[in-house]
Amino acid sequence: MTGLAHAHTGFTPSLRRIYALVLRHTYLLRSSGPRILELVYWPTVQMVLWGFITVFLVSHSSWIAQASGVLLSGVLLWDVLFRSQLGVSLVFMEEMWSRNLGHLFVSPLRPFELGCALLTMSLIRTLIGVGGAALIAIPLFHYSIFSMGLPLLAFFINLIIMGWSIGLLVSGFVLRYGLGAESMAWIAIFAVQPVSGVYYPIDTLPVWLQYVAAALPSSHVFEGMRAVLFDHVFRADLLLHAALLNVVYLTAGFASFLAYFKIARVRGQLLHVGE
Amino acid sequence: MPPSVVSVSRISKHFDKVIAVDDVSFDVALRSTTALLGGNGAGKTTTLSMLLGLLLPTSGSISVFGVDMLRDRYQVLPRLNFSSPYVDLPRRLTVRENLTVYARLYGIINISARINALCEELQIGRFLNRPYGQLSAGEKTRVVLAKALLNEPELMLLDEPTASLDPDTADYVRGMLEAYRKRTGTTILLASHNMSEVERLCDDVIMLRAGKLVDRGTPAQLLTRYGRQNMEEVFIDIARQRHLEITPDSQQVAKQ
Repeated sequence: MTGLAHAHTGFTPSLRRIYALVLRHTYLLRSSGPRILELVYWPTVQMVLWGFITVFLVSHSSWIAQASGVLLSGVLLWDVLFRSQLGVSLVFMEEMWSRNLGHLFVSPLRPFELGCALLTMSLIRTLIGVGGAALIAIPLFHYSIFSMGLPLLAFFINLIIMGWSIGLLVSGFVLRYGLGAESMAWIAIFAVQPVSGVYYPIDTLPVWLQYVAAALPSSHVFEGMRAVLFDHVFRADLLLHAALLNVVYLTAGFASFLAYFKIARVRGQLLHVGE
Repeated sequence: MPPSVVSVSRISKHFDKVIAVDDVSFDVALRSTTALLGGNGAGKTTTLSMLLGLLLPTSGSISVFGVDMLRDRYQVLPRLNFSSPYVDLPRRLTVRENLTVYARLYGIINISARINALCEELQIGRFLNRPYGQLSAGEKTRVVLAKALLNEPELMLLDEPTASLDPDTADYVRGMLEAYRKRTGTTILLASHNMSEVERLCDDVIMLRAGKLVDRGTPAQLLTRYGRQNMEEVFIDIARQRHLEITPDSQQVAKQ
């Protein structure tokens, strides 16, 4: 191996190896039209559906009439959360489907670096999917989510981090329980949707559920979104709350992924991936 | 006596109540080609997986290049590589894309030059731009070997390197491995069911049965010990537990 390769970098996470995996999934996306279509399809269908509901409710609901973008913003930001979680889980499952994990983990790639590559691919997929739907909403419903300005960036970052955290947890779960558990990738996030207040204020919930909502970064984001749209104020306190929770969530997401990876090494699941 | 590249000490692997590998110890000498032989379920793949760090042993220790694989495997992973019929490459990616990704993972400096050199060595140039999933079994085996050679490993672990190949392709792969070892002096540990392959390539054979190491020696030593003409007959003797009746020497080896 003399002179053939870069010097080994010890325990430092390697950007080169993270980039290698991002490249692997970029090749895959580039070669597969259906995969790209799937990225944009569902966010766009959801946006169109809620766009027409908004058009109807603007003339039938005084609450919606105050801020006509509240439902469209809700659906687009919810898709940021959903797509970012799905992005992590699906990209990881691509490795399982292609029975490639054995090769990956005999290479110098660390599990943490795989995790970082999953997050990067999730970001790319979310930008393509939700970004596409958000752009289509401008000519179709004369609504631009980008009019929220900088707060939108704060909402986006918080939601994507929460999505990554759940995506890492789900990926570890699928590694541990096999591809028979892959449906978790599509359904897991919906457990938090009712208590996230995507389409209604958190105080709509029963009091005990409001405590649950307080523990979710997403509920603070959606409350913050409504503050911007209805009251034209940026609630930094809500965003700070979400950010602090996200530190805990992302740490727990990585910790669970690494713990499941260790269990997979004990049980021999890196070579024999199946149902 | 050449130094050991791999040193395995009393490793066992239990899956609940199933004992896949039971108190196995062996060394692999530098620049040797060593075979792990045994029937289905003998523990070959499990042993290789533990050597690679893909599987954690229930007990025992493994060192590769003097490094504890259970604690510091990332120090040695850049120096080894492997292939296995149980592990695939992404099927939609072309051969070139697959090799590029793995070249980056191994930190290869001049990726194009390295891939071109492997194209020459393994004759994979004509399907370099085809998706891996569209290749024949023989072509896939060559691509996986190219992946296994990307970093010019000092240690190669090969799980059934010629499984499901036609005789011509299998012979080609064996010739390539022989030439590569001569050129680079790499150490090879391979698991195989093919006895002619073992006779041709290996200078040391470790026999496993039901997770235990039951005999060991050069192919010539084993043929003499069992009074057989070829390794296939030796394999059958061991698989059917005739070895303990045949020679007290083998009992001694098994105890060690």
